[in-house]
Amino acid sequence: MHDLSPSGLSVPGPSRRTLLRGIGGAAALGGAIPLLSACGGSSAASDPKTLTLGSNASDAVPKKAFADIYAAFKKQSGITVDVNTKDHNTFQEQINSYLQGTPDDVFNWFAGYRMQFFAGKKLATPIDDVWKTIEGNFPDAMKALSKGEDGKYYFVPLYTYPWAIFYRKSVFKKYGYEVPTTWAQFIALCKQMKKDNLVPIAFGDKDEWPALGTFDQINFRTNGYDFHVELMAGKASWTDKRTRAAFDNWAEILPYHQDGAVGRTWQDAAQTLVSKKAGMYLLGMFVGQQFTNAADREDLDFFPFPEIDPSYGQDTVEAPTDGFMLSKAPKNHAGAVKLLEYLGTPAAEQIYLKSDPNVVAASTKADTSSYSAMQKKGYDLISGAKNLTQYMDRDSRPDFTSTVMQPALQKFVRDPKGIDSLLSSIERQKKTIFASS
Amino acid sequence: MSTDISTAEMPEAAVAPPPAPAPGKRGPQGHRRLLTRRDRFTLSLMAGVPTILHVALVWVTALASVALAFTTWDGIGFDSIKWVGLQNFRELFTQNPQFWPAVQHNIIWFVVLILIPTPLGLFLAVQLDKKIRFSRVYQTAFFLPVVVSMACIGFVWQLVYNPDTGLINSLIGANKPGHYIDWIGDPHLNLWAILIAASWRHTGYMMILYLAGLKGVDPSLREASSLDGANEWQTFKNVIFPTLRPTNTIVLVVTIIESLRAFDLVYVFNGGAQGTELLSILVTDNIIGESSRIGYGSAIAVVLLLISLVVIIPYLVSTFRKERRA
Repeated sequence: MHDLSPSGLSVPGPSRRTLLRGIGGAAALGGAIPLLSACGGSSAASDPKTLTLGSNASDAVPKKAFADIYAAFKKQSGITVDVNTKDHNTFQEQINSYLQGTPDDVFNWFAGYRMQFFAGKKLATPIDDVWKTIEGNFPDAMKALSKGEDGKYYFVPLYTYPWAIFYRKSVFKKYGYEVPTTWAQFIALCKQMKKDNLVPIAFGDKDEWPALGTFDQINFRTNGYDFHVELMAGKASWTDKRTRAAFDNWAEILPYHQDGAVGRTWQDAAQTLVSKKAGMYLLGMFVGQQFTNAADREDLDFFPFPEIDPSYGQDTVEAPTDGFMLSKAPKNHAGAVKLLEYLGTPAAEQIYLKSDPNVVAASTKADTSSYSAMQKKGYDLISGAKNLTQYMDRDSRPDFTSTVMQPALQKFVRDPKGIDSLLSSIERQKKTIFASS
Repeated sequence: MSTDISTAEMPEAAVAPPPAPAPGKRGPQGHRRLLTRRDRFTLSLMAGVPTILHVALVWVTALASVALAFTTWDGIGFDSIKWVGLQNFRELFTQNPQFWPAVQHNIIWFVVLILIPTPLGLFLAVQLDKKIRFSRVYQTAFFLPVVVSMACIGFVWQLVYNPDTGLINSLIGANKPGHYIDWIGDPHLNLWAILIAASWRHTGYMMILYLAGLKGVDPSLREASSLDGANEWQTFKNVIFPTLRPTNTIVLVVTIIESLRAFDLVYVFNGGAQGTELLSILVTDNIIGESSRIGYGSAIAVVLLLISLVVIIPYLVSTFRKERRA
């Protein structure tokens, strides 16, 4: 529900959430049935020449890009990948019962806490053997993202995309703005934009997740990567004065955000950047999807979120990463390992990127010569980062982020003055959720 | 009104009596004894399968969710169910910032539906009952929203309320910085905005119910009251409205159910964010997803169930009492 759009691959309409919740409801009802049938373990003798793959790539662009990879894999290994595609959001809603039932051998998933959660529940098989082969293709930050809490690898990353502040080059040129790198410059720029009758920062939080991304940026710039990770893992406190400091910084720039954010979708907010009414927009690289005109797209550029505390600089980049995992009892283990090894090669990534230019490769070895200027910049930003974060609802428990943080941040955005009672309420709810299992 | 219909049909039945059973063959009484084994099998299948389905899908699940309300469970494996007693309820009543607003909004929903669209529906029904010209056309127009699903209504009204590009703000120019009306995001506005959409639909529903009730009013009552010199309002107040009592009961029950199950419209509109929280939405938010809080969500569902019972039980008791008397 909440977190689907940060993946940026589905173009969500206003209807998306609702419709899928409905389907999800049906799924929850049916959830108990696969649970029971799972005990039977219908392990028919499997064909070593085929393996099954559960895919959430239901949109045309990624679906074709993945199909191209599997075709190339078949040519190379002779193994057929039997893809079982489900609607992107439905896949996510049903992941719980899906993994407990009779899942496909390999399945699409996201890096970070959400991968670790299912690995910790023993619903995935460790793939250290795969990583022995593909290790050299990935930077350290990607390796860290692929490990479970037990230190074993569970995930093969394929692509990623950074979150940053997007702007239009022509607007900056027209008014003579400079890209800000420090907090003071950023605020000065916001003030200037307001004087120039621009909305300094476009903002839409109707889908409830965009505010999570803003908080992430401000928090790891204010308090550093380690504190952010601890906070997301439920270890650090939301009533800590460092957390409070992050919210104070946010409150400082809130007046420069677009009015009425809680009633606006991210697509509508992006349109104010397209129409040059807004000066900047903090979002993932998928914001480019809203720039349908090629000339406008060329005009789009971004800069990393400015430095707040010099001791952390701009060393952390938020870059949600999508990839693959191996299910708990794959029927064709050997074949699945071969596929995962193939997916970890630069060749596989290049096939993907040829068809889907909205993301960048997770591997540092992939050929970047066909990248657009924006992809190149995104790639440099990620590969130069000291730490990568995923996104609040991928770095923390989804039940916590969706039932507590999403409404809480909406409340903050509307009424930043009530921060103290809000933070203690978050902390109380966090304790019970993280204590539950 | 059902009794009226049957009395109206009586004379007809008297005119054309059903053909008498041929003498000597199976009399009507013999039927019961002569059920063949196959008949009995078919009957038990017809009654049994729905019963099993009903018990499994309604009763077992309802009782299971009551039991789960006292546990925590993430939905992964049955061994992760942990008994926590009243913990979920304690947390719900004291810590959840959305719970009390949700209860409050469900109540507001009911009060608004009963105060605005219900009298409006009655008014429309009374007007349409006067056999004015194009009555059918008006009837269809007012009833149309009831046919459309709540989700679709949500989409349509979202286009009207969208703060940037919606109909209202575009017309009155309230989509510029400085004087900006955030129909969807502002918690002081959004519930009322949704309630207008809900009332728009509910009016048609009420109108049809009352229209059916009015059709059952004996025309001689009207005649008698006009002979007595009552004006239109007096006739309505003292003669027509009291005969609508059974309809009023149905209207009340329907409205209570509508306000307790309110979900789809809000879900489409803004997902039950600030200002539009509803119990049904809290249940969904907690239960559905990748790592769900099934115990906690069930606890909210149990609260909703209890509220429904408080309303439904007195109604059922009074209905059964009436039936026994009749």
